[in-house]
Amino acid sequence: MPFYVSPEQAMKDKADYARKGIARGRSGVVIQYDGGILFVAPNPSRALHKISEIYDRIAFAAVGRYNEYEALRKAGVRHADLTGYQYDRQDVTARGLANWYAQTLGTIFTDSPKPFEVEIVVAEVGETPAEDQIYRITFDGSVNDEHGYVAMGGQADKISAVLKERYVEGASVSDALAVAIAGLQAQANGDRAEITAGQLEVAVLERGRDHRTFRRIAGAPLEALLAEATAAAPAVAAEGEAAGGGAAGGEGAEPVGGSGAPDGGSATAGRGGTAPPGGEQARPPAGDGGAGG
Amino acid sequence: MAAAYLGAGTSSFTEFLRSAAPDLLPAARLMAGGAADAGPGALPHGTTIVAAAFAGGVVMAGDRRATAGNMISQRDIEKVFRSDQYSCIGIAGVAGIGVELVRLFQVELEHYEKLEGRVLSTEGKANRLARIVRDNLGGAMQGFVVVPLFAGYDTDRGTGRIFSYDVAGGRYEEHRFHSIGSGSVFARGSLKKLYADQMSQADAVLACMQALYDAADDDAATGGPDVTRRIYPVVVTVTADGFRRLTDAESGAVAEAVIADRMRSPDGPTSALRQPAGPAGPAG
Repeated sequence: MPFYVSPEQAMKDKADYARKGIARGRSGVVIQYDGGILFVAPNPSRALHKISEIYDRIAFAAVGRYNEYEALRKAGVRHADLTGYQYDRQDVTARGLANWYAQTLGTIFTDSPKPFEVEIVVAEVGETPAEDQIYRITFDGSVNDEHGYVAMGGQADKISAVLKERYVEGASVSDALAVAIAGLQAQANGDRAEITAGQLEVAVLERGRDHRTFRRIAGAPLEALLAEATAAAPAVAAEGEAAGGGAAGGEGAEPVGGSGAPDGGSATAGRGGTAPPGGEQARPPAGDGGAGG
Repeated sequence: MAAAYLGAGTSSFTEFLRSAAPDLLPAARLMAGGAADAGPGALPHGTTIVAAAFAGGVVMAGDRRATAGNMISQRDIEKVFRSDQYSCIGIAGVAGIGVELVRLFQVELEHYEKLEGRVLSTEGKANRLARIVRDNLGGAMQGFVVVPLFAGYDTDRGTGRIFSYDVAGGRYEEHRFHSIGSGSVFARGSLKKLYADQMSQADAVLACMQALYDAADDDAATGGPDVTRRIYPVVVTVTADGFRRLTDAESGAVAEAVIADRMRSPDGPTSALRQPAGPAGPAG
């Protein structure tokens, strides 16, 4: 650089740059349910994944710049397979991986001319719900230990608010999916987010499975699950209202676009039934601490 | 260090080890001059592994004995393993290195699947195993020979497939049955008489059990079924439903059926001396 820039300024510039990049993209939700951990992200692509398997009981979810988080995903798989090969499969933990990501992202943030514009979550399903772990790692290498649910991406604040109202510990997978979708629909800046099976990437870490617990849910099984989630939505929304969440207002059934009648493939197709909360709240300034880094 | 992890790199775990942690490769430690003086005779050795294709898949079975010189070093060693959902691998030769090669191969297959989001083709898996065997050539020249037998269910073709290897990493597809190890000569002779194309799974399992019994009968380094301790050959099948290892009860039942027959006819089932003439049979 031709002129002197104070370190504080340089770091602040990098952080602002990264936050803006992340805020531009779509979000993601990771949420616990009775049988494990559920990952939901809006993703119209069938080839490029935001949610992936890392190891037997560990999965990875990311938002931000695709080529950057894809490189981190591959690095995570390499790290996990190497650890499991050197020691034993049960010695690979999400905590170890989260620490490794923190170091790597921290180094990239300080040393590279451009920070990675990514926010990632590493989650591990335990033998019991109490042993589940969810770690959120931000572009500068900060690690946050999350419980129950976590929202990632540019609109994380708004999504978190909805999740906080509606999250129920020990919910079924379809109820958890309903909560996650309600959260994702809260992110819209006034435009209607269509949530159909074709627009979502959904995966789970299933506690009860042997060996590799990661499983994607797509196609017909996802449509069936969405239908179940839609049918459950009025009950979920009612709980949300009872808990004092006024955001859903009188249109309790709207958030997942169902009038209680499961519509086979497209739960919200053609209804434009995005949650009014998104439209009613003030539009946030771009890049405003969305990643919470 | 992170560069090796983050680079566009390769989807092969073996190649990744070569760049990031070469000391973990099986061959590397041999080159460092480990137990070469001790000589391979002191290490666990010897085996028979058989594999046979049947209608809808493939079966592989291996004996349970490990020998070191003239001593039995282990009675219940396992030499047949699941390599992934649709394939299995058996090893003959130096047990310690063989087991390490199997571990590396298992991680290699899973690693590719996680990085690429798809399962390797059967040929791809066979080729990666050839590479791993080839990497051990230096060790093999020092006497630490390990040779695998690889079999799987090819979901594209809908058939079982068997591949054999030599120490240089050459790979050869076998079409009906094959055997490796010190007792393979006897097992192959036995299967030659017992095998039929498109056998049922139960018949193929029985034929393999007979072949292993014959190998144990003639090769000191191959163990027969140990009825007093209930240690039976490891038998696995790979079909469209995936890999499955027979339970001890199941393989025990087959082994005990073979033994019951041998009580009456110790050399096993005899085959007809002449092929009966039939409409489709070749003349003479």
